[in-house]
Amino acid sequence: MAQVKDVLQKPSSFYDRFFRKPDRYQEDTHYCPGCGHGVLHKLIAEAIDDFGIRDRTIMISPVGCSVFVYYYFDTGNFQVAHGRAPAVATGIKRTHPDAIVISYQGDGDLAAIGGNNILQAANRGENITVFFVNNAIYGMTGGQMAPTTLIGQKTMTSPYGRKAEWEGYPMKVSELLSTLEAPAYIERVALTDGKNLMKARKAVRKAIQTQIDGKGFSLVEVLSACPSGWRMTPVDAKKWVDEVMTKTFPPGVYKDVSNEREVGSWARHLEKVPVEKYHEILGLTGTAMEVEGDMNEVPENFRNPRVLIAGFGGQGILLLGQTLAEAGMRHGWNSTWIPSYGPEMRGGTANCHVKISETPIGSPVVSEPNILITMNQPSLERFEKSLVPGGLLIYNTSMIDTKPQRSDIDILPIPATEMADEIGSLRVANMVIVGAILEKTKILQKDIVLDSLNTVVKHKKFIPMNTQAIEKGIEYVRNFKQ
Amino acid sequence: MAKELIKGNEAVIKGALLAGCEAYFGYPITPASEIAHAAAKYFPLAGKVFLQAESEIASIQMCYGAAGSGVRVMTASSGPGISLKLEGISYAAGSELPIVIVDIMRGGPGLGNIAPSQADYNQVVKGGGHGNYKVIVLAPNSAQEMCDFTMLAFELADKYRNPVFVLTDGFNGQMMEPVEFPEPKPINVDKTSWAAMGTAETRKNLINSIYLDPNEMEEHNKHLQEKYARMEREEVRFEEYKLEDAEIIGISFGTVSRVMYSAVDQAREKGIKVGMLRPITLFPFPKVKIRKLAEKGAIKAFVVSEMSNGQMVDDVRLAVEGRKPVKFYSRMGGVVPTVAELVEQFENAGK
Repeated sequence: MAQVKDVLQKPSSFYDRFFRKPDRYQEDTHYCPGCGHGVLHKLIAEAIDDFGIRDRTIMISPVGCSVFVYYYFDTGNFQVAHGRAPAVATGIKRTHPDAIVISYQGDGDLAAIGGNNILQAANRGENITVFFVNNAIYGMTGGQMAPTTLIGQKTMTSPYGRKAEWEGYPMKVSELLSTLEAPAYIERVALTDGKNLMKARKAVRKAIQTQIDGKGFSLVEVLSACPSGWRMTPVDAKKWVDEVMTKTFPPGVYKDVSNEREVGSWARHLEKVPVEKYHEILGLTGTAMEVEGDMNEVPENFRNPRVLIAGFGGQGILLLGQTLAEAGMRHGWNSTWIPSYGPEMRGGTANCHVKISETPIGSPVVSEPNILITMNQPSLERFEKSLVPGGLLIYNTSMIDTKPQRSDIDILPIPATEMADEIGSLRVANMVIVGAILEKTKILQKDIVLDSLNTVVKHKKFIPMNTQAIEKGIEYVRNFKQ
Repeated sequence: MAKELIKGNEAVIKGALLAGCEAYFGYPITPASEIAHAAAKYFPLAGKVFLQAESEIASIQMCYGAAGSGVRVMTASSGPGISLKLEGISYAAGSELPIVIVDIMRGGPGLGNIAPSQADYNQVVKGGGHGNYKVIVLAPNSAQEMCDFTMLAFELADKYRNPVFVLTDGFNGQMMEPVEFPEPKPINVDKTSWAAMGTAETRKNLINSIYLDPNEMEEHNKHLQEKYARMEREEVRFEEYKLEDAEIIGISFGTVSRVMYSAVDQAREKGIKVGMLRPITLFPFPKVKIRKLAEKGAIKAFVVSEMSNGQMVDDVRLAVEGRKPVKFYSRMGGVVPTVAELVEQFENAGK
């Protein structure tokens, strides 16, 4: 008697009454007679009961006939978009490694619209369990062709039978996913006779156990009858699974490395870091040298400078600008830096715009610079015209053969690349220019600029060479005779 | 606290971490990629999740999972990626999930280019996905606001259980500016009443957007509309610039608003009485403020400028309701209007 009672009793991981079901029949499921979903639900619910994981479990309902999985399971529940269950499961599991996350999907959901999502979740070895119901058809939407529809099988969208030459072959998900390295366990089972049901029960348990043990991704493909979609009686449908479907989709274990993996090896728990450490992690605790700058002490034509810096990619154009902007900020001024970007990037030139100002900066774009740095020939040709009358042009004579055309501007020629070469690296030509700007314009204080290198230069071992280049630029301007 | 010279995109992530963001799921796209780079760098050090998703579609769904299980989560992209995320955003709005989404707009349509643009206004502000939903949209125009508004976005997302956008253009993402970062903010939000966290306490909870019965679906829609109405009452934010004696009102957001500060100043030097209203929330839109301005006798005209074909200007016209002329100046495809161009617009509007 006890055994009979056990069989008839609902697992406690099912709701007593399916209260979310919007009709009067809250004792029964919404599935058709002979459908495999109800059987699979029960196998899963029993496993959840037996493993004692009901409180930790989150079931994911897909789109398809099993869209209402949440009617039945007395667990945490998500209903999600078509095909996206593995991605949603990833989001839950990564942020809640102790939750047991079960993705329940049909063949249209998993193998068609969500094909990439399941492939990638499997490939990342998400520590989740996927139950994949393969019934070779779209059941809920009215019997259309699925990726798993058999060759010759007639559906609403393959009324003359599926042809390989037109629609391709049935998608063998278990075989496909088992070629990946990350998954721990993949098995295909069939919900037909008692023996196969026992295999299915074992597979369901193993797949959940694999997740509990933190061993990574597991998937059970379940061949399941769809009498309504196939236009068959439940008895014939079950027979069709056994005799026809299994020919294309042979049951069996396709991958199992669960025994080779350490418990917890794919569980992905993260270390708890106290919030007090965030500023340190974000690099916000540094002590930068700062001064109170006074724009009034800056020569009038260089006040609130608008700097346009242009040259080849690789000449350190962006870093040059960042150094100026960083140092400007450390004088207590507003500063902006914006890189060449979008339509500005053409003709082999990279450029950036820097504004330093005692008042708030509106547009960060420098269309009319009062300081123009050109490191190569095309830059001089392109931007010379934009300099305001009385502005400063610094141009790199190492890379520019022609002389500037303008007579209404202040011009400083400097062989920056050659000077950098003398120091030992062509890459510090940009810092030679920084030195030249320092000495020529008196906008920025030298000690602040040198300290700024600690922030803007990524590799600390290059700081001495950059410092040397700045010194050299300063010296050049001091000795420069027009 | 020392200031840091930092790209807007990177300031987003530092702000997110200080706001208690637990996870970032994203996909690379220019000009938003520095956001993912910064998350990849800092989140693991702080014990948070960074995961590069297989697609934009997957990344927003990962956010759906994380948000539905009760943690602060974000993603970021640019227009082409946001188009793909709209599916998930509609679901998140339907299921009432707090997700922060950053959109660094680039030129379109199609692949377009990577230059700054504002042409995602309609798809973001008007709810580009299916169904009757709205999202709060914050529009920063500086690196400091990229940090501040990201932090605010997390608060608003939790307050309303709703997706919140931080919407700006490529310039504002790429530009470096001094930013002062605040102390980490303690989070006092209890989500156990609705989130499914894999605990006994939350076992009863369901994250869901299905309401099969049309009457129930309508009830849910009404509930959402009430929530959006509350946002319109409580969350309208804008900045006024030299509006007191203004006769011409410039309206713009993001990078265009920075150009417009300068244009207002220059136009005033020429004797034109112009001021600017900068919507900070694009939804809820400051329509009451604009209508009140339109009702003022001294106001002659509105000048709206956008790096788009004219998307926000529709909202301005709806607020003005024909009371005053609304002129529109458009640059598209990655071109930023210049100060001189906007000054000319102000001059013409005053004639």
